[in-house]
Amino acid sequence: MSLPADASSGSRPGLRVSVDLNLCQAYAQCCYAAPRHFRIDGHEALFYDPAPAAEDRADIERARVACPVQAIRVEDPERGA
Amino acid sequence: MPDATLLDQVKDFANRANPYPVYAKLRANPVSRQDDGTEAGTWVASTHGTIASLLQDPRVSSETLPPADRPRTGNPLTDLIVKPLKDWMMDRHRVFIFRDPPDHDALRSAVMHQFSRERVQAMRTRSDRLVADLLNEKCGAREIDAVDDLAYPLPVTVICELFGVPREDEPKFHGWATQLATALEPDSLSDPEIRAANSRTFDAIGGYMGDLIKEKRKHPQDDMLSGLANHATPAGVKMGDYDLIATSILMLVAGHETTVNLITNGLLTLLRHPDELERLRQDPLRAPRLIEELLRYEPPVQFRTRRTLSPIDIAGVTIPEGADLVLLLASGNRDAAVFPDPDRFDPDRTGIRHLGFGGSLHYCVGAPLARFEAEAALTALAARLKAPRLIEDPPPYRSGAALRGPEHLRVAIEGIA
Amino acid sequence: MAQTPLRAVIVGAGLAALRGAEALREAGFTGTLTIVGDEPCRPYDRPPLSKHVLAGAIPADATTLPGSLGLDADWQLGNAATGLDRESRTVRLADGGTLPYDRLLIATGTRARPWPNPHEGRLAGVFTLRGRDDAAALRRALAAGPKRVLVIGGGFIGCEVASLCRQLGLPVTLVEPGPTLLARVLGSTIGAFIGAIHEGHGVDLRCGREVEWLEGAEGRLVRAHLVDGARIDADVAVIALGAVRNTAWLDGSGLSADPGGVDCDAEGHVLDAAGRPDPCIAAAGDVARFPHPLYDGQRVALEHWSHAVAQGLYAGRLLAGAAPGRTYGALPTFWSTQGDLVVKSAGLTQGADAVAITQGDPAAGRFVALYGRAGRCIAAVSVDAARWLPAHAELVAAGAPFPPRGTATDRPKGVAVVAPGFP
Repeated sequence: MSLPADASSGSRPGLRVSVDLNLCQAYAQCCYAAPRHFRIDGHEALFYDPAPAAEDRADIERARVACPVQAIRVEDPERGA
Repeated sequence: MPDATLLDQVKDFANRANPYPVYAKLRANPVSRQDDGTEAGTWVASTHGTIASLLQDPRVSSETLPPADRPRTGNPLTDLIVKPLKDWMMDRHRVFIFRDPPDHDALRSAVMHQFSRERVQAMRTRSDRLVADLLNEKCGAREIDAVDDLAYPLPVTVICELFGVPREDEPKFHGWATQLATALEPDSLSDPEIRAANSRTFDAIGGYMGDLIKEKRKHPQDDMLSGLANHATPAGVKMGDYDLIATSILMLVAGHETTVNLITNGLLTLLRHPDELERLRQDPLRAPRLIEELLRYEPPVQFRTRRTLSPIDIAGVTIPEGADLVLLLASGNRDAAVFPDPDRFDPDRTGIRHLGFGGSLHYCVGAPLARFEAEAALTALAARLKAPRLIEDPPPYRSGAALRGPEHLRVAIEGIA
Repeated sequence: MAQTPLRAVIVGAGLAALRGAEALREAGFTGTLTIVGDEPCRPYDRPPLSKHVLAGAIPADATTLPGSLGLDADWQLGNAATGLDRESRTVRLADGGTLPYDRLLIATGTRARPWPNPHEGRLAGVFTLRGRDDAAALRRALAAGPKRVLVIGGGFIGCEVASLCRQLGLPVTLVEPGPTLLARVLGSTIGAFIGAIHEGHGVDLRCGREVEWLEGAEGRLVRAHLVDGARIDADVAVIALGAVRNTAWLDGSGLSADPGGVDCDAEGHVLDAAGRPDPCIAAAGDVARFPHPLYDGQRVALEHWSHAVAQGLYAGRLLAGAAPGRTYGALPTFWSTQGDLVVKSAGLTQGADAVAITQGDPAAGRFVALYGRAGRCIAAVSVDAARWLPAHAELVAAGAPFPPRGTATDRPKGVAVVAPGFP
């Protein structure tokens, strides 16, 4: 994850990410596309960054489109998506 | 022999450039029995729903290879002792695309452990460099062959570097890989000549890999083969030599025979849709979604075979136990029930759940590499080719129906930027 | 004469509310939309709270859900709804204001069930886990390096917190009155398999035991006393006793509601005390109790993420006047990430009279269990075997015969049918 442990709170302009972990089957395509923001622990426990920095949007987009079960949702405040 | 079945038409080389109309006819029956001269017949699933369902059905097995049977040599010692032993070893240590869990899972997990995010990221950067170098070599040219000049050498270099196969040995793999890839074409399994040639090739490449593994044990390097040969997974899985040889052969063949088609099909599709080529040139960040659409629209692997372990009721039919299945991935990708206007190439589709990499337990291991390599190649081609134009449309195709792609893709250009 | 635009109000600002609001807009609702929430923040995702946030990987306020930006909504946040007057069609707010509505979505969710003794529950070091403030406070306590964490309750939240403590290297004791972990939801047969995995990771598991009281010193928790006289020294306790539905604000509204939820009909409209639907009001998510068509119309209230999404979408379309399709009856599914372990489920296990391991091997830590009732498949649970679950979910949705017959890959030779072990 790109965020430091116990990162300070406050306003966080950036992307918003959520993953439907019911759909997730740990294909791990997101982990290869955006390795700083997604990781699999054990066999299939996905651990992801729900608030990536805006400048990482290209990798987050790669992760989103590559998901075989389309479980990743991204909101980009600057692009209104 | 009765009339040619629709499955025969899929295999017919005359339909290689455009098999999609045959797939559309097959989709009239989501799962259909195709006469193959046997009592059970071959069962073809052609719609997205039935393919997705069968891919994840535990009653469907990937163990479709017939028992190994090397050709006899006439030498009694070889035929009576060496051959049965080798056949037995071969059957016990099949490549894991032809195996079921739990064996499949153990072998695959060992590979995935070495196929780390860091290694793949390194190859992502490397792909950009390799593409730039390959295109620089053609700088003054007025014509390129996208296959020979880029789509083939890129993935081959990547897989060799990833595995730690010396660059100078790569040419040997060209012929080996082409031969072994025939194992994915359904008819090859019943053709004794092809099977004999595959056995010989497997032994040749196996001998080479065995030596290389010894070398990696003596002098480990930072590559996947060294990792697999010297380290267990956290769960304690470490491959024996035979599994390691089979697995490395699988990875190297897959690296040689699939991504080449993704890149070539990609350029071909873009040249047939010049507006999309221009949009990619202006916005390289379109590449990831464009590549997903490409994996739907022209997948490098058109179908895979399976076998039923129990009778399966699906889409109004009952597939009997022990039946051969063809999962027509490329047809499911054109299913209008899932993809509106399916024959249109449209990278702006949302929520694409294509079957281009298969699915469930056997989902393509190399998918991340394929995506990065295709992104590197297609964005560079879009950016650098000046006034590209297809010289032949359709281009000549390679023989495979399952692994389908152009043999050459000649493109006229006014230079490379 | 121009028509007055319709006014929609959504009470609750969680996942079901957000997806309901999105569906309302997507279905073409052009009136005004007001979203009321008692917490002062936009809708956020709860699952990361018990994992990412407790692990310290992200701050508690980083889990804002995608989807709230383009809604064209008036957000009344930090201002709880306190009453509903259906006669005048108004919602009363904590700040004294009122909100008139033409369409109302009730999505007030649940709150953590508190420790029954309020004095003990207020001791420093005693936590519940529901909202982001809860998660932030518990994270601070865990980061301080407690000598031992006591988890009270062996349901999903209890399992998640206990396994996370082990990942942080903290000693943890879990006390559960039932015979095994997760016995109420999964039965003691499967619960025992999962409990063994957690014990293997060092969780001190005390099943069949009950905490009688919590002892404090100078206002801080120091130990717990069990009914059998045992004592557990612990400076942090997490009360994981399930949830209570937020329906108190509906008192006096005439709706059929109690701490188990607000009742809905099969279409999703709420019912009054006489069982008549109110066509202007729908409910969605944890708070909605509805007859499930896959389970003989049995009335259920489901606390699952996927249910909040699916029913939120359904209710949003319903209130927009768009026919949402057939009655709501999505197959219930959930997941729980317990350390590195992933438990997933499809269907409802309630009433199961049999269970069978159909894939994998509990001894290897990866398997699928299929639950049957009267010879039909009613639910499936995967443990680190998510890719096998969809095929089993199909069996459940189809009510396929139980036990499944025939050979399958990774299936134990001769599928053994055993009692599921429900209390």
